[in-house]
Amino acid sequence: MFDITALLRQRFAALRSTAEFFSLRYVQESRQHLSVRKNVAEPPSLGRDEGAMLTVRLNGVEAYAATADLSQTGLQRALEQAEALARNINGHALLNVSQQPVTTVQADYCSPNLEQPFPSLGDCYALLASESASVPADPRLVNWQASLGITTVEQIYLNNAGAQLRQAQRFVYPGFGVTAFDGQDSQSRSLGRENFGQQGGFDVIERCGLIGAGASVADQALQLLLAPNTPSGVRDLLLMPDQMMLQIHESIGHPLEMDRILGDERNYAGTSFVKASDFGHLQYGSTLLNVTFDPDIPEQLASYAHDDDGTPAHKTFLIRDGLLLRPLGSALSQFRSGLDGVANSRACGWNRAPIDRMANLNIEPGEQNLAQLISGIEHGILMKTNRSWSIDDARNKFQFGCEWGQLIENGELRGVVKNPNYRGVSAQFWRNLSAVGDASTFQVLGTPNCGKGEPNQVIRVGHASPACVFSQIDVFGGDA
Amino acid sequence: MAYLEHFQCLVNSLRDAVLATEHFTLSYSAEQSQFIRFNHAQVRQAGEVAQASASLKLIDSGRQADFQLTLSGDSDVDLQRLHQALAQLRQTLPLIPVDPYLQLNKAVWHSHNVQDTRLPDTADVLAQIAEGATGLDLVGIYAAGPICRGFASSFGAFGWHQANSFNFDWSLFHANGQAVKANYAGQHWDPTAFALRLQQARAQLDYLDRPLKVLAPGQYRAYLAPAALDEIIGMLCWGGFSAQAIANKDSPLQRLYAGDVQLSPLLGIAEHVSGSLSPAFSEEGYPRSDLTLIAQGKAQQRLVCARSAAEFELQANGADSDESPCALSLAAGELAADAVLAQLGTGLYISNLWYLNYSDLPAARMTGLTRFATFWVEDGKIQAPVSTMRFDDSAYSLLGTQLEALTRDRELILSTSTYDQRQTRSTHLPGALVKCLTLTL
Repeated sequence: MFDITALLRQRFAALRSTAEFFSLRYVQESRQHLSVRKNVAEPPSLGRDEGAMLTVRLNGVEAYAATADLSQTGLQRALEQAEALARNINGHALLNVSQQPVTTVQADYCSPNLEQPFPSLGDCYALLASESASVPADPRLVNWQASLGITTVEQIYLNNAGAQLRQAQRFVYPGFGVTAFDGQDSQSRSLGRENFGQQGGFDVIERCGLIGAGASVADQALQLLLAPNTPSGVRDLLLMPDQMMLQIHESIGHPLEMDRILGDERNYAGTSFVKASDFGHLQYGSTLLNVTFDPDIPEQLASYAHDDDGTPAHKTFLIRDGLLLRPLGSALSQFRSGLDGVANSRACGWNRAPIDRMANLNIEPGEQNLAQLISGIEHGILMKTNRSWSIDDARNKFQFGCEWGQLIENGELRGVVKNPNYRGVSAQFWRNLSAVGDASTFQVLGTPNCGKGEPNQVIRVGHASPACVFSQIDVFGGDA
Repeated sequence: MAYLEHFQCLVNSLRDAVLATEHFTLSYSAEQSQFIRFNHAQVRQAGEVAQASASLKLIDSGRQADFQLTLSGDSDVDLQRLHQALAQLRQTLPLIPVDPYLQLNKAVWHSHNVQDTRLPDTADVLAQIAEGATGLDLVGIYAAGPICRGFASSFGAFGWHQANSFNFDWSLFHANGQAVKANYAGQHWDPTAFALRLQQARAQLDYLDRPLKVLAPGQYRAYLAPAALDEIIGMLCWGGFSAQAIANKDSPLQRLYAGDVQLSPLLGIAEHVSGSLSPAFSEEGYPRSDLTLIAQGKAQQRLVCARSAAEFELQANGADSDESPCALSLAAGELAADAVLAQLGTGLYISNLWYLNYSDLPAARMTGLTRFATFWVEDGKIQAPVSTMRFDDSAYSLLGTQLEALTRDRELILSTSTYDQRQTRSTHLPGALVKCLTLTL
């Protein structure tokens, strides 16, 4: 681990620059993706990516150059490219950051169980094949797939102020999905995949529930195929954690990103219905809503000790008792806006620059178990496992869809319904939060697929949440 | 970096290294990109990215495995990395079962396309943007530089594609928060053409100055400008034409391909690679074919990668493994550009749509939102900008029973996507007049 540190330090020390500040962020990533589809092992996809970004600050203007040439010559060339670009944009730059402090911290961070060896590729295939084979023979089951993604990342940050930050992490993404078809309609049911990922080792696969899940996931796909459409109308909505994560992500996470509020993302990812003046004043949700930036749950996807600019990460309330307190704003966004923020300056790799990202964004548990949540609903619906997401560029009007729905009448779960969708407006939706599940309903989830930024970046984010109930929500089904 | 020589060096080394029972394919991707982000018409973030990668597939004894490696540009270092990858794949193959869907393309083909047009000087571009955007709230990104794609196989196939291009994608914001979207992309930067494009966008801002019209949910006549239609077509590309998705009942167009439904007879969709910015060969090493996907509203060919070809007993036709179009072309219609507003009469003029997804995938029912310069039109005249609205409708309706006309003029839209790397995808399509668009929120 961190074997390249000494070499990088030596080469960094030998770099020559006229910049008042410069830094190097080295990232090395190894990937392995395995899958078994309909009992046939698909070819394994392996990969190794390695490179560095050199960032300079020249007369208060910053620019970067990214290179995979890690030789002394290659790094020096990149540094000089960044310097030339900083000079080029000097008369056009939006920001002068000459007064922004830089980090001097030295620290290391590792994923839990990183030292434990992961099962061999052959053993992983055997596990996936076993789950695939557990899908029963039924002509209506037309497709199924068990998959496993493993990514290990080492990152080393150095700067000319003396900082050295090292991170070694392993991310695991198990998944299983089944599609059933009756000659007209098709319905899919899944476990994990885009809705689950954690840091760790084989323990992640166990926590995901992949082992032994094949038959039950297939059974649920068949149940959906036989189920009626979700009825249209206004109901209380019980969202399970694997839909809550999407709800948090889209209608709390993105609107609170400070770079959106500052306008950087208006051409692509969009803006926000939240204004800088709302922090400390806006009642974002009901008093049951408590939202944290939490880098301290070791297995969660975006747990770390420092962000990519070296800001130390701590658990912080963004919303407490429904009141909006602070944005997802990195040190630079804090410098620009004058608002407090968090350590969320993150890049997806060596070839993209850090920007404000979500990291781990969680809802704190409440006091009711699942049975109590259900029993408190007179006319409602339970929705589980996100499958569709759409929200406007200000992160306000949304429509989300799930794989699995179950009606709730008079405090009891009733029949399964297919194509459960719901729509609402973020600024009002969270004020309808009427009950929050306790720790027994709380799940640590996350996704590797959050897209944002120009140039585009896709990054891993974590969301942990209990089940939650929202009153009087507009729900509806599909066409057939 | 001399990309072609770099790639050839790797290929030659691999050809020497593989054993008699082994075969390989090697795909190559490289770019030297300049990325300059703008906010409030000033540079928010700027950088250079030099990146290259190779994807090595090793085949032996009916098994195959892939390894993607980042290349440094230094031949000695990269040859060492390539041979490490080869060694790892050799260790991996015995651990996996024989692949029943392995299909080798043994064809020996050659393709060479280099478009090394000179790109503009960065300082000049910055100066032109600064001058043109004076007094404007401009936000966006300028991306420019060479892009390379290569492919070689142990059977002797060799393809090379290299093109210099730029893509300036931006929005102009009115003080009231409304915005217009614009783009200037291509291979030859023409200061006059850029100034005109910027001026056209600036002129649209005047319409946004009018009081915002708030619409109620309901059904409306609508004109979808090419960029808006591109979003709907883009959704259909999520497995719509994929042989695997159609077979696995995971395609939004599975009912069309099953012959259960059809789209408007006005609709013709083709994958038209020849003459596009995309390489003439797939990542898997198949020469790409021009394909008719939909003709007169009925399903025709589908996109077939090598694996699907083996599994579903089809003919591979140059699709990448995701079986998504790379150069989609929609046939033009008869509606003249200057007749669009008159024929729309009263309804919505929608410049762009945003963040589409499926409400019911097998029914091709999708939802999404208006974004940028959407206007309310009465009696053929623009009345007011419209607040953001959500639609929820089926493609079988929008591009089927409710499709009234397609425009005679088409727009070539070059992908602005820079996920992982700058993309070369494009769509060439008209605008669409629809009799009924369902707004829900």
